[in-house]
Order: sequence, then structure tokens, then C-alpha cells
Amino acid sequence: MDELVNAPLRKIGRWAGDKVIILALFVLIIVISIINPRFLSLQVLRDVALQNSTRLIIACGMTFVLISSGVDLSAGRIVGLAAVITASLGQTMEYGRRFYPNMGAVPIIVPFLAAVSIAGLLGFFNGLIIAKFKIVPFIVTLGSQIMAWGINLLYFDIPPNSSQPIGGIKSSITRLGSGLIPGLGIPIIIVIALIICGICWFILSKLRFGRNVYAVGGNSESAMVSGIRVDLNLMGVYTLAGILYGIAGFLECSRTGGATSAYGLSYEFDAISACVVGGVSNTGGIGTIPGVIVGVLVFGILNYGLTFIGVNPYWQNIVKGLIIIAAVGFDIRKNIRRK
Amino acid sequence: MELQNADYVLEMRDISKAFPGVQALKDVTLKVRPGSVHAIMGENGAGKSTLMKCLFGIYTRDSGEIIHNGKSVNYSGTLDAIKDHIAMIHQELHPEPHLSVMENIWLGRLPIKHGIVDFKKMEVDTKKLLSRLKVNLNPKDIVKKLSVSHIQSIEIAKAVSFDAQVIIMDEPTSSLTAEEVDQLFALIRDLKATDVSILYISHKIDEIKRIADEVTIMRDGQVIGNWPINDISEDMIISKMVGRDLTNRFPPRTHKPGEVYMKVEGYSSIHDNSFQDVSFELRRGEILGIGGLIGAQRTELVESLFGLRAIKAGRLVLNGKTVTIRNPQDAMANEIALLTEDRKGQGIFSILSVAENIYIASYAKLAKFLGYIDAKVCTEIAGRRVKQLNIKTPSLRTPINSLSGGNQQKTLIGRGLETEPTVLLLDEPTRGIDVGAKYEIYKIIEDLARQSKCVIFISSEMPELIGMADRIIVMCEGRKTGELTGSDISEERILKLATKFMV
Repeated sequence: MDELVNAPLRKIGRWAGDKVIILALFVLIIVISIINPRFLSLQVLRDVALQNSTRLIIACGMTFVLISSGVDLSAGRIVGLAAVITASLGQTMEYGRRFYPNMGAVPIIVPFLAAVSIAGLLGFFNGLIIAKFKIVPFIVTLGSQIMAWGINLLYFDIPPNSSQPIGGIKSSITRLGSGLIPGLGIPIIIVIALIICGICWFILSKLRFGRNVYAVGGNSESAMVSGIRVDLNLMGVYTLAGILYGIAGFLECSRTGGATSAYGLSYEFDAISACVVGGVSNTGGIGTIPGVIVGVLVFGILNYGLTFIGVNPYWQNIVKGLIIIAAVGFDIRKNIRRK
Repeated sequence: MELQNADYVLEMRDISKAFPGVQALKDVTLKVRPGSVHAIMGENGAGKSTLMKCLFGIYTRDSGEIIHNGKSVNYSGTLDAIKDHIAMIHQELHPEPHLSVMENIWLGRLPIKHGIVDFKKMEVDTKKLLSRLKVNLNPKDIVKKLSVSHIQSIEIAKAVSFDAQVIIMDEPTSSLTAEEVDQLFALIRDLKATDVSILYISHKIDEIKRIADEVTIMRDGQVIGNWPINDISEDMIISKMVGRDLTNRFPPRTHKPGEVYMKVEGYSSIHDNSFQDVSFELRRGEILGIGGLIGAQRTELVESLFGLRAIKAGRLVLNGKTVTIRNPQDAMANEIALLTEDRKGQGIFSILSVAENIYIASYAKLAKFLGYIDAKVCTEIAGRRVKQLNIKTPSLRTPINSLSGGNQQKTLIGRGLETEPTVLLLDEPTRGIDVGAKYEIYKIIEDLARQSKCVIFISSEMPELIGMADRIIVMCEGRKTGELTGSDISEERILKLATKFMV
């Protein structure tokens, strides 16, 4: 009898356990909307989307890394470097203080490829060291974070720029970051971010490479015995992550219409937070892109919403911190129960 | 309470313990006299370590009583037991490598003076303790740099510092040199003289003849008997350890070995203390058993055949062609599959589904353009294997870690078969799974041989080795010590070959 009553309850409990973060997101939206009903508007939605699209792309890269049971502390600084590279190569001819005063007009593809390939190269460096020298990702990416910042500072300081903020970005670039799709009113940048999410989802769930990432992160010894080239897989993971940071950096520049060497500071922690809250395991092997989208949204709406209803911004950090710990705590409890 | 017998310092009475599907211990009674060395012998799986875990409360016993110094006791762990003067020296030692000898001994009860650790007192106490045990060690040495035998001495010193009355030693000589064994035995004799009892777990018969006063032999979770050491011969110990009825535990043998398919010549590990100069042949449709004790380097040998470990010399011939195998990809390309000994560590992906655990090694075969994996095809493949191998799972999407050990193992066999191998390397395929599932695994192995696959079957359980294999090679300390066929195969012969180089 007991069993009959308890079984459905347990089922509901398990469902809620899996979906708890979505429920939390709805509760959050409802509470903010009750305090200030104007929160439920298209303008707010657009603002949240604009603010968080680059974060989403960085979080996608971090998802690969976390599922492979690694971590990437260099993400933010690579984004910053990519933004500065984009800005330096993407200025209009008419702008007064140009990074390369003697350079002719270049098509938009040049700054894009430069940013993405430098970022991808740094990612490949991470992967190479982690896979071949078996140094833990935490240390390798801590080192490359500092190095990426150093490279950025050096580049940013090249005369005549001499560490001045870079502005005067071409409209063909800024349009990607702040423009809307004509007729639909949807920001272009969020469409780009969602397409990237779709590609990442496809790679992770449908391609051999992606499935192998789960295997490597779940149990690298078993993966090796199963004939998976663990080293190649890890190099692929970090390189892909680097490329995604490069795209995010490019879009950061186009969204804000400029760049400084301070760009990207601590973005990796935003990405890790969003992933973890979105159900990516920090010990590897578990995580999905849809979950990460929810994770990014939670923090995006929290940031925007708390300001919207006039909560002291200093409180926001305390709330965010608690949410991260609670989400992981809940996740661990769920797994303990399954055992 | 009845009056207890003061002749014994420790008594375990009628201890029983069952796990799902297996009776691990049945009415085991063991009595240890003060100041004696009491040996426990038995094959792997006889129940020795389960008995110890019941003693220390790591497992809860189903029934029975443990009496120490006339009092009934129930320990809740090794720390609890050591405070009551019962200590255990494990086969694998795990000291704090970066701390000193003395800190390792006094950890958890460091002497404190004015709120500060009193290193001077600790050093003096340690010196006293070590000199009493005639162990020549500096208390301030960092443990990481010491030999296994010294670390073992530290563990023993720690036990003595707790005034241990009973010290349990589990295979204490497994990584000692002959000289170190002599030192250990001298230490044991000294301890005996101070009325400390040693419970000595081992399957090295010569050692037990040298050091033990009496021996208790276990088999299949039961005590076969207890003898003063001088009343029992080595041959008798072996036959008591292994003797049992072998009928119907194995499927009928219907496979027929064909022509030679695989030749291993002079395989030598790059590590001098691992396997060296091992050669053998394997026929199509043959089950070749590899026997030996733990540490015989059998796992290392098959892992090198699969490309997981490097060799410095040796040749592998498959179907008349010499092949080079540097990594698992090479091995799989040459139609070799490996079922690893360490199911959890090197086998299952615990958080992935049963289905994915089956097809995960076959992506090379399944991947289409750009590595696209068709989920439908994968599910079909997994479904077929689940049916074929009779894997009991609620669904294909169930995470593998919610399956029983036997069904996990069948899933892993399915993974291996999905790579379409000709040679299967099965390393302890029945370890830790219940009796019913074992029979199913035997049936699968027999089927494979009938389909003309070449099977290498490693097992530490001699009955199944004898019951399944056409031919058995035996290894001891990395070397092949013999090869047995047909009526030559017997447990006594295997055990003799498996302990050939042992003191």
C-alpha cells in the first residue's frame, strides 16, 4: 500500500529534480513580474538576449571542456584578446586614431579570421599541453589565461595605439552586434548565438567527436580501452572551445563598437557558473546544450531582473553565488539518491 | 553470559554473511591463541577478506559473534578496532607519503604541549618504539622515500604503539624481497615473544610452513579445518584449499580447436619487473587459460597485446602475418578485443546508457560523413546484443551502473563483440559476479570458441580455468613457468607452477 502511494510521488519528485532549474527560472520570472509587471515586455526580452548572446557562445565552449572533465580558465582572456584583434583590424578608414594608420580597407572576414584563428591557436595550445604532457587543465589554462592577457597587453600597447581604447569600428561589424533582422525585429547577434548553439548541440549529440567527448569525460581509461584517441579528442575540445571564444570576442567588439585590453575579465567564471547551473557536471561526462542555454538565461534574467526591480546590485552577487552552490548541491543529492 | 574461554585472545564464532546471489561466509569459526601465528589460507574468493571485513565492521555480519578478551565486541571500523588492540596491516599500504615516519605513526594522536605539537616527545617515543622492534629508521625521514618493507614496519610499529594484541597481516610479503621477508619474520617472532598474536593471511605455502603455528583453511566461504602446522603437509594444504566437485558448473564442451592463428614470441615488457620473454600459440576456436597468482603480470601481458602497454621485445603473428600493435586502435584494426580486469575503472562508462556502452567502441565502423552517428542504427545494434547475450536491463537507455555486475560484464562483452574481433582477451571475466551470471559468461565463452574465435581467458579461480580452458599456461612473477594440456591439468600442478619462484 505504502509503495502504491509513494511510487507516483517519487516519480513527480524525480521529474521535478531533473527540471528544477527550469522551475526556478519560471519562479524567478514570475516573482520579478509581480513586483514590476513591465518586466514582461519584448524590449526586456531583447535586452536580455543582446546582453547574453556572447556569454552563451562562451558557455558553449566551456560545455565541451567541462564534459571532457576539464576546465578552461583562459576563456575570458582569449575573448578579450579576440575582441582587441577584431577592433584593431575592423576600424573605418575615416576614423582619426587608427590602430594601423597605413592599412588599406580590408573586408570584414579579415578581422573575423584573425580573431578566430588566434583564439583557436591558444585553445589548441591548451589542448596540446593537457593531452600530451598530462598536466591538469586547471593549471594549464590558468597559465594560458595569464599568457593570453600578456599577449593582449603587448598588442594593445603597440604604437601609435599605446594602450588607448580602440574605437571607430566599421558599421558592417557593429551591425552584427547591435542590429536587428529587418522586418522581424530580432537581434542578429542572438540568431548567430542560437545557430552556434544548434551546431554545438549537433556535434555533441550526433557526431562521433561529440559522443567521444562524453566517453573521455566519463571515464578516460575506459575510453582508451574502447579505442578512442583520448589525446586527439582533448585537443579537439580545447581547440573548438578556443574558436568559440574567438567568435564571442569578435561579437563582443561588434556589440560594443570597440575594445580595450580589459575585455573578457572573469568571463570564464560566468560561463562555468551558467554551465554548472545548467546541469553540466563539473566532474565530466554529463551536460547538454539546452541545459546550458537555461543556465545562461537564469543568470541573464537574474542580472537584468534584479536591477529592473531596484535591488542593490551588490546583493546580486550574493544571490548568484548561492544559486551556484544550491544548483550543484541539488545535483549531487540527486545522484546520491540514484545510487 | 556464558563463561568465555581464556585460551583465546580473539574468537570469531559462526560468522555468516550473504551478498545477493552468493553466500560469502557460512558459519565460519576462527580462534586465535595469544602469542601465536595463526595462518588463514584459501584461494581467491574463499572468503578470507570478507571475514576480515566482518571483523572490523566494514561489512555487517548476518549472524555470529566476535569475542575479544572474553568480551563480545562489535567494531565500527579499523580505528575502533585498533583502539581495542586489534590492528590490520593491509596488502596495499597507504601511508601519508609527505609526512615523516613519526608523524605517520602518531597521526590522529600527535602529542600536544601548550597547544603545539610536541615534536621532541614524538621523536623520543618513536625512537623507543623503533628500537624495541629493532627497526633501523630515522623518525624524521620522509615516508615517500622509504621502501615498501620499511613502510610496512611503520605500520607494524603503529599497531604496537596501540598495544595491539592481535595484528592481522594480509599477504604481507607480496611485495618484499627474500631478505626483507626474513626481516619481517624476525619481527613477527619478536612480537610473538611479547604475547602478540599474528593472524597471517597468505596463499604462499612455504612461508606459512616457516612462520605459522597453526593454519585454518577456507574454501567457498567455509572453514575446511584447523591444524597445527606440523600436522599438515604442503600437499595436503593444497588439496584442502582446492578440492571440490567440478561437475555441471560449466557448459558442455563442444568447440574444436582448429589451426594456429596467433603466435606470441618473446614478449617482454619495458619494465624489468613485469612480464619477460613470454611465448605461446593460440588456435582458432581454442580457449587458452592463463593461470597464476595476483602479481603474476598476466593483466600486463594481455594489455600489451592490446596496445595499452609498451614492450621492448617480442613479435606478434596473426594469421601468418607479423603485426605491430602500439595502441588500442592498432589492436582493434587487427581484430583483437580486450575485456579489462578492472570493470569499473577501465570498462564501463557508468553514467552512460547500456546501449551507448555497447556501441561506443564501434564508432569507427558506424560513423558516416563528418562522423555523423545514426542513433537509430546504434539502438538497433545495442538491442540485438542485449537479446543475444541475455543482458537483463529495464531498457536500453538505463544507465549501466544500475545493472548488476554480471549484466555489466555481459554488456562489456557485447561492446567487445561489436568490434567484430577474432581474438578475445578476457581478463578475469567472472570476477565479482554471482554464480548464476558466471555460468552465463561461461556459456558465452564456449559459444565464442565454437564460432572459431580465439579466446584468452585469465582467471585466478582455478576451477573455472580448468573447467573452461583447452590449454593452460601458467605465469609466476612475469615469466611463463609452464604449459598444461589435457590430463596434465590439475589444480596442484597449476599452483606449483604459479608459485615456482616464490620463497
